[in-house]
Amino acid sequence: MNTTVARVLRNGAVRFGGIVLAVLIAVAVLAPVLGTVDPAWLDAVNMNQPPMTKADWTGPDNQTAPRTLLMGTDSFGRDVYSRVLYGTRVSLLVGVSVAVVALLAGTFFGLMAGYFRRVDAVLMRFMDGLMAIPGILLAIALVAAWGARLSTVIIAIAVPEIPRVTRLVRSLVLSIREEPYIEAAISIGTPTWKILLRHVLPNSIAPMVVQGTYVCASAILIEAILSFLGLGLPSEIPTWGNIMAEARVVFSSAPHNMWFPGIFLAFTVLAVNLLGDGLRDTLDPKFNKRGAQR
Amino acid sequence: MGAFLVKRILATIPVLVIVAIIVFTLIRLVPGDPAAVIAGNMATNEDIARIRTELGLDRGFLTQLALWAKGLASSDLGQSFFFKKEVTALIGERLEPTLSLAFLTIVLTVLVAVPLGTLAAWRHGGWLDRALMGFSVLGFSIPVFVLGYLLVYVFALKLDWFPVQGYRPLRDGLWPWLHQLLLPAITLSIVYVALIARVTRASVAEALTEDYVRTARAKGLPEARVLVRHALANAAVPIVTVIGIGIALLIGGVVVTESVYSIPGLGTLTVDAVLARDFPVIQGVILFFAFLYVMVNLLVDLSYLFLDPRIRY
Repeated sequence: MNTTVARVLRNGAVRFGGIVLAVLIAVAVLAPVLGTVDPAWLDAVNMNQPPMTKADWTGPDNQTAPRTLLMGTDSFGRDVYSRVLYGTRVSLLVGVSVAVVALLAGTFFGLMAGYFRRVDAVLMRFMDGLMAIPGILLAIALVAAWGARLSTVIIAIAVPEIPRVTRLVRSLVLSIREEPYIEAAISIGTPTWKILLRHVLPNSIAPMVVQGTYVCASAILIEAILSFLGLGLPSEIPTWGNIMAEARVVFSSAPHNMWFPGIFLAFTVLAVNLLGDGLRDTLDPKFNKRGAQR
Repeated sequence: MGAFLVKRILATIPVLVIVAIIVFTLIRLVPGDPAAVIAGNMATNEDIARIRTELGLDRGFLTQLALWAKGLASSDLGQSFFFKKEVTALIGERLEPTLSLAFLTIVLTVLVAVPLGTLAAWRHGGWLDRALMGFSVLGFSIPVFVLGYLLVYVFALKLDWFPVQGYRPLRDGLWPWLHQLLLPAITLSIVYVALIARVTRASVAEALTEDYVRTARAKGLPEARVLVRHALANAAVPIVTVIGIGIALLIGGVVVTESVYSIPGLGTLTVDAVLARDFPVIQGVILFFAFLYVMVNLLVDLSYLFLDPRIRY
């Protein structure tokens, strides 16, 4: 076990992805003390200020004080630096939650389908149908039906990912159930649920962790897309996507509002993807077909 | 082979039926009274009642499902509340821009990704190979709308090579159409190039280790011929497969790219329909795209018969 951890930590992609993510998590947690103001507060005097403007800023306490607007302000006069930093919270929360929800549901369905033949036929046809609907469209439609709140956005993004996880877990179960130790367990009368939890599940962890990181990366992107299209969380809750959605209106005169959240978003997704690639290479050399997973 | 064709075509039916049921159920997921939510805050009780009847929400679930299925069978997707039109007519109007964008993107992608991936596999571990792998991780990570605005900023606003937004129909001439569409298609193709170049590289690299490649080289064939006729031809099946799977990625990208470039296609229609809570349109567009996806993948499966003569079902 220790050699596995050491091997994973020696991998360059894991290191880069891990460090970037650690910094982002720190930013998300420490956002209130990193020189930010209330991200929803607007100072109408300072609208559309370019980055690094030294302005007289009226804060939520109605005190006017000099403030350097690191990333400028948006068209409502909100501080983009504060919005981008607080936006980190939403992106990471959505990414991790979607991965957890999709993995839990996909694992449950995958175990069922892989181990019980009758469940398999029905369940996998349903999953085929779900997979035929392009993921972003399904997420958009679910958010449209449920309304955009943090919880509904998470579930709506997770649902299209579930069939992929289910397929992965099912294929793992199908190959693991042919192993001699499963035969041995069955022959000494181990109950099915115990075989699934004690023998099958632990042996599928590595590819699932890898799949989980890819789901996380794609969830962060899709959340940003929903917000960008104006279908995601309302702008009282700053997300990188809705900062950019507002930036569209004034893009030709103030393009910086697009670039700062865009850079944060691209770096975050890159870090999670690299982490996934590194984990895949170190944890499971056989699981090397990324194209087929998407 | 005839039996295979029939079997494979019939196999799409259960998938399409399940898609239809999922899409049908969508509107019933609206919490509370769907008719009231769809009607909006300004609606009167009469409006709500009218919408309820129009959607058939006042009837039992199975009756509704049967009515919906009957409509689908005669390709009637219902009426749009917002646009006051038949959904099928609405989709028909918006089809050209979307198909144009998707078509140009696929052409660009294949022209770029397949040669790149083949060359990377040929010089496995070389600078091109490493650059391509780096680019493909990047391609998966840069959000399509950020890339879109970056290209607009550089090539439309600063260099003024391309128009910023909009769409010119094909009947205005081939060049105006292409000139308007090139930037959106390049934007959309980046992630697709990343995906397809990666798979091309992997499957050509595998083919290059085969004995027949060594034989071809031993008998003195030019290297280009070995690469194309022997390695690439044998690597075609996984490449075409991933082009088919990638259609889902492409459709998602179309929605975003159309929004960035204000192209009046099905993607913009989807976004407008969601903002207006126009469920018949949302359902129609999703059904249409899912149908497209299933059909493309059917064609992909059938193409194996031509790409790999060993496959005989």
